[in-house]
Amino acid sequence: MAHLLDDDPRIIEFDVRTDEMLVNMGPQHPSTHGVLRLVLRTDGEVVSEVEPHIGYLHRCAEKIGENITHRQFIPYTDRMDYLAAMNMNLGWALAVEKLMKYQVSERARHLRVLIAELNRIASHLVGMGAYGLDLGTFSPFLYAFREREKILDLFEEACGARLTYSYITVGGLTADLPTGWLQRCESFLEQFEPIIQEYHALLTTNAIFVKRTANIGVMSRELAIDYGCSGPVLRGSGVDQDMRRDGEAIYTAMYEGYAFEVAVMKDGHYPRDHDYPAVPADAVLGDCWHRFFVRMLEVVQSMDLVRQAIDRYSACKGPLGDPVKLTEKMPAGDAYLETECPKGQMGFYIVSDGSAIPWRARARSSSFSNLAVTHELCRGCLIADVPAIVGSLDVVMGEIDR
Amino acid sequence: MADFLITTLELPAWLAWSITAMVAAVLILNVIAGGALVFIWAERKIAGRIQDRLGPTRTGGKFGWLQSLADGIKLLAKEDLMPDGADGMLFRIAPYVSFCASFCAFIAFPFAFDFIGQRLNVGVFFVIAVLGLEVFGVILAGYASASKWSLFGAMREAAQVVSYEVPLGMCVVVPVMLAGSMDLVTIAEKQGGWFTSWFLFHDPFTFVVFWIYVTCAIASVNRAPFDLAEAESELVAGFHTEYSGLRWSYFFMAEYGSMFLVSALAAILFMGGWNGPVPVASILGLSEGTSDTANYFVRLLGMINLLGKATLGVLAMMWIRWTLPRLRIDQVMATCLKYCTPLAAAMFLGAMLWQIALPGGLVPGLRRPAAEIREGWLPGPGGAARSVGEDAGTVVKVGA
Repeated sequence: MAHLLDDDPRIIEFDVRTDEMLVNMGPQHPSTHGVLRLVLRTDGEVVSEVEPHIGYLHRCAEKIGENITHRQFIPYTDRMDYLAAMNMNLGWALAVEKLMKYQVSERARHLRVLIAELNRIASHLVGMGAYGLDLGTFSPFLYAFREREKILDLFEEACGARLTYSYITVGGLTADLPTGWLQRCESFLEQFEPIIQEYHALLTTNAIFVKRTANIGVMSRELAIDYGCSGPVLRGSGVDQDMRRDGEAIYTAMYEGYAFEVAVMKDGHYPRDHDYPAVPADAVLGDCWHRFFVRMLEVVQSMDLVRQAIDRYSACKGPLGDPVKLTEKMPAGDAYLETECPKGQMGFYIVSDGSAIPWRARARSSSFSNLAVTHELCRGCLIADVPAIVGSLDVVMGEIDR
Repeated sequence: MADFLITTLELPAWLAWSITAMVAAVLILNVIAGGALVFIWAERKIAGRIQDRLGPTRTGGKFGWLQSLADGIKLLAKEDLMPDGADGMLFRIAPYVSFCASFCAFIAFPFAFDFIGQRLNVGVFFVIAVLGLEVFGVILAGYASASKWSLFGAMREAAQVVSYEVPLGMCVVVPVMLAGSMDLVTIAEKQGGWFTSWFLFHDPFTFVVFWIYVTCAIASVNRAPFDLAEAESELVAGFHTEYSGLRWSYFFMAEYGSMFLVSALAAILFMGGWNGPVPVASILGLSEGTSDTANYFVRLLGMINLLGKATLGVLAMMWIRWTLPRLRIDQVMATCLKYCTPLAAAMFLGAMLWQIALPGGLVPGLRRPAAEIREGWLPGPGGAARSVGEDAGTVVKVGA
């Protein structure tokens, strides 16, 4: 080799080049949100390629769904997106109800909105806190968890569980709210509202945070649509879509009469119904900062929705209604329904042969599509940007692997 | 002490000096180890309070004050692991290199007038230089661990610390220039009197230099937001990913030792060292240097003063750590090369011109020369009237 180096300058140049290195980020890594494995091809600090490897949390939930009845499948949906189990329950319950052409009572409908939106707040709090952790700041994570704990306390009162609720079920909800719950929920919202400004101060408007997230991992509108991204990831790229408004009738009927504005940048600004911090000059639509910010906006939006739901629910004098029997037969046929979960559009597909046990149960995960875009976003970024980008997608491995 | 051993106990000189050195080493070691224990406990409590939790509450009865000791015992009892592909000798040596650097820097560090391991006339230079050696331990650890994450951590550490030594050196040179000496004792003595004579308030340039020093000091001891070498969300644990047990705790102690050292250095260089904001001792008439008891009392008071200031610095670092996100490596380097270095250079020039144009300060009576307060204590003639040009020349060479 030595004699070649003396002759040809190009070879010397080649020799000076640093070697590429394959690095495994995960499955046991502090910032990969569970058991995600990212294989990085790095040249020094620069990442040339990122390949996500999944499957470490696969539990055959869909196959199990073919062996138990529709209502028995509810606890398995809990374990998909375990940070927003209520929304998962709701998605499955609505899909089965769509197949059964079942209509829940008015009271159950408002209670479902209340519970689902409250869980959206909890889920976004985890997403926000963990994102701070990805960027190396620890305290906002605990501030977020402190408030989430209070939501979990409320859920525990309502259904006895703190993480895997199985509260919303086919045909309604397993139980009505205990007395005094609404007051406690209202006082929580009261207490929580000013704290959002703290999060904005510590993260959204923090100079270092903006430096780390603005103009990083920019996902264009087209790219987001091409990869089937959904939820805050899609809206962070400026696509105005929200299943609660644009979804199927059975789902949008649930939100009928509720006033909310989709958290998306339209005509160069976000909805102006609240006092939000200004978009920093460095931020580009579709970057990590915008994805994060959309989540923060949705927290406020969900708070509004919870307040509206409390009013409507307490105005409803009718009965809550009982859920369908465990062995209630479904009509033969199939139904697919997508709902707006905190992470994105979660779809459930159910095929029935006329018995109570689905012939096929299938889940379409939003995190799966959102994660797929990683390799596009991480091309040519620095190692430190990889957690920043993956964190801004806010994926949950339980939902990806099911 | 050596003199005492030679004259009173009539020991041979080599034995006397060895005993003195050992006593000093043990004392300094205890200061670092004890300090690390206290600071680790404090960090846990402070982090807890900042994050709306309690931190340790039970170990040792109240406030969890024995928590660090319990941690230490746990670390001692842990299995000593070494990765298969690791370079055994370097892997074992690395933590000690780090710790020794942090420890050795304390040798020339005065805790009060005369409370010093070995007074050096180039004390500042020695402390900064030896502290810079700490990076070798980290690089060795990263290289020898046979782990890619460790290697990344070591690469970052090398790039970052070596870059930040430049502006750090420039900042340190400013007080050296003002005092006209590289002796830490002299520098501190020059700031005697009221707090207005601290170099921090000497002129606007030194005030800015102080904040640049703080930034660079945090970066050079790898604390957040510059803790890239061990960035846990990116590099697992950076250079000490593969370390466990006692070896890991040496890195930890070195980190806390360096934190304390740079804070104490800031106290000496900018905040009057062991001179309190109010010259209590001289008001009480104790600072005449007449009786030994009075001297000892004054020095003890001074040491408490210095430790207090250094502790404040360490607490500020903890506060910053638990508040801010981490910067990215390119941003860290940009902060150093684009902002800190030119700014420090400009401030150095400004302070130099100020010293020539207004040697007595804006309000002449405000700053009393140290010589007035502790005349007779200083070796040789001191005071603000010392010629600047000659010393500045020497200093520039060191800074470069």
